[in-house]
Amino acid sequence: MTRFFIFIAAVACAGSAMAGQNAPASQNAASQVPAGNAANGRKLFATIGCYQCHGYEAQGSTATGPRLAPRPLPFPALSRYVRRPAGQMPPYTAKVLSDMELADIYAFLQSAPAPPATPALLK
Amino acid sequence: MSNQPVDRRGFLKSAAVTGAAAVVGAAAPLEAQQATARAAVDAPAGAPVARRESDPSPDLEPVTTDAPGGDFMVDVLKSLQIEYVAANPGSSFRGIHESIITYGGNKAPEFLTCCHEESSIAMAHGYAKVEGKPMGVLVHGTVGLQHAAMAIYNAYCDRVPVYVMAGNTLDATMRRPGVEWAHSVQDAAALVRDFTKWDDLPWSLPHFAESAVRAYKIAMTPPMMPVLLVLDGGLQEDPVTPEIKQRLRIPRLTLTAPPQGESGAVAEAARLLTSATNPVIIADRAARTAQGMKLLVELAETLQAPVVDQGGRMNFPSQHPLNHSDSARQLVANADVILGLELTDFWGTVDAFRDSLVRTSRSVIKPGTKLISVSAGDLYTKSNYQDFQRYPEVDIAMAADAEATLPSLIEAAKRLLTDDRRRTLQDRGKKLAESRSASRDRIRADAAYAWDASPISTARLSAELWAQIKSEDWSLVAESGNVSGWPMRLWNFDQHHQFLGGSGGAGVGYGAPAAVGAALANKKRGRFSVTIQGDGDFMYAPGVWWTAAHHQIPLLAVMHNNRAYHQEVMHLQRMAGRHERGIARAGIGTTLTNPNIDYAKIAQGMGVYAEGPITNPNDLGPAFKRAIAVVKRGEPALVDVVTQPR
Repeated sequence: MTRFFIFIAAVACAGSAMAGQNAPASQNAASQVPAGNAANGRKLFATIGCYQCHGYEAQGSTATGPRLAPRPLPFPALSRYVRRPAGQMPPYTAKVLSDMELADIYAFLQSAPAPPATPALLK
Repeated sequence: MSNQPVDRRGFLKSAAVTGAAAVVGAAAPLEAQQATARAAVDAPAGAPVARRESDPSPDLEPVTTDAPGGDFMVDVLKSLQIEYVAANPGSSFRGIHESIITYGGNKAPEFLTCCHEESSIAMAHGYAKVEGKPMGVLVHGTVGLQHAAMAIYNAYCDRVPVYVMAGNTLDATMRRPGVEWAHSVQDAAALVRDFTKWDDLPWSLPHFAESAVRAYKIAMTPPMMPVLLVLDGGLQEDPVTPEIKQRLRIPRLTLTAPPQGESGAVAEAARLLTSATNPVIIADRAARTAQGMKLLVELAETLQAPVVDQGGRMNFPSQHPLNHSDSARQLVANADVILGLELTDFWGTVDAFRDSLVRTSRSVIKPGTKLISVSAGDLYTKSNYQDFQRYPEVDIAMAADAEATLPSLIEAAKRLLTDDRRRTLQDRGKKLAESRSASRDRIRADAAYAWDASPISTARLSAELWAQIKSEDWSLVAESGNVSGWPMRLWNFDQHHQFLGGSGGAGVGYGAPAAVGAALANKKRGRFSVTIQGDGDFMYAPGVWWTAAHHQIPLLAVMHNNRAYHQEVMHLQRMAGRHERGIARAGIGTTLTNPNIDYAKIAQGMGVYAEGPITNPNDLGPAFKRAIAVVKRGEPALVDVVTQPR
């Protein structure tokens, strides 16, 4: 139960930080997005543990971490959060995750398809 | 020898002395002299001097009895209406085991064959949450109780009654050499005394009867918890003497009425709640019974207040317009009065804690927010194990059972409501209903993300499962692992038996056996039991699937197989990030891969119908249909699904 609450708290903190995740990136922010390799980003998303809280498709979980894709946060905001998270997320400093690798992950998030129209089972 | 039944020990003791004297006198005069000399040196003057033990003559030894103490113990268990006794067989309780299956006809109680004591206890844990009363469990006083300990701790933390009986051989001179010594203990209960409510070591059968009834009563008084009786082997196996027989009686059981909140505190709580602008009701282990759920609905509707169900029990209908569990954080932050009903962690409900290199916490409520607690936990707190959480600074603390307190709180609240106030509350209720409706739309939209993914999303798994069971009288008996709360968000929980809460102590290994025990209780009610089964949990004591097959316990187990102890994967990742190293190594020691475990094969090997591993979400519906058909025949079935981590 305690652990459950800790991760609920993690979601709440991370969620508030990611509140703008579905807002379209501004032109200014878009110009700051480095070119990344989406295929490598998908691979990194799994190997360095992003999937653990956000799911392999970055779909998010109420228990662990918010949805990151499609339509991710603007890159500067995401980068700031990854480097120095305000909530429960572990920090990924440049020492362990290069700017280029982060750009690849961002490319993967941008490439994620929109979800299907509400499936029949959910209606 | 007379023809009267005799106490085996008394008989053996006297026979040993006589026999030893005879043997010594006839065959070993020198040894007898030496023994006499030693006794003369060591024994106090005037003390009787016994010779060394030796076997009595077989001709003098009684070899049968038709009235062992265990039979009377079964009479007592029957009087308590104990339906089942779960156990992995053990010689320290062979006496009562035999009495149960033969003298007692193996019915009420029926002996359930278990493959691990942790399974026995957790089965009883799950059973009690459906049945509302304890199952008996028999364990060895030493090795069995050690196996059982973690599951007892879970039940203790979850405030669930379990009736544990431990076999032991107290008289050292009556123990068989070897194993029985290793399986004997001075104070068996010491091992679990920190997390049981009461224990006793009955010294006679009349003592057993009184303690057995007392133990049941204590276990069933809120806060409910496990109790332990240590059953001496001699007491179980020896004949009942005429002297004891005259004293045998079973005391009448009268359960203690659950404690209600003090009337002044109830009145003040009602005043705060009815006058609040943004009251919030938070419930954890509040609804012990279906009546508790109805009462909570009545209170919420009286106040038109949102309810956050923390899920310790089935407290509140999941689709009710006042169920705002998904908005807990915002509601708590905006509340002016918070009513906490049997909360595991009131402090954690109103404070945020950050698990970072520098651990910090902060209050998340507004200054001046009034906090009201109703908890039977305030009536019984122990020291050593720290499940009581941080100290909450509340304004009203009622040491009382929440369900028993709700009627007077509802009545007090209704008395305070004027017509004007009722209209205001109805307006608040309409806004809450609109907000809830929008929230449900968002939840359905969220569930569509990663809909076709493989590994399969936990939302897809939950939606596919719901489609197959919603027309049944279903009961989600356990949910081990973590599927992001999708069942509670997508399914329509509106009956108390549809959800049973969690393990209590977060000791992994609860899910499978608790599901089997709960399914057993559901069986006679004709309910369809389903569990979402974590892979890590499955591997703790998988023999419970054999128990389910052997006793024909219908249960659909759907594996949430994320191939990891995923909570620990995330903890390792946290350490790696914090230490700026090895961020790709969190799977070492935390994952269940290479080789992947074939859970269907394991289950099949124990006589359980099983399919999987399923990796294509489109295969789920047909697989569930086939498994449901098996469960409807009265058997367990398992579908292994490879899933997203959460």
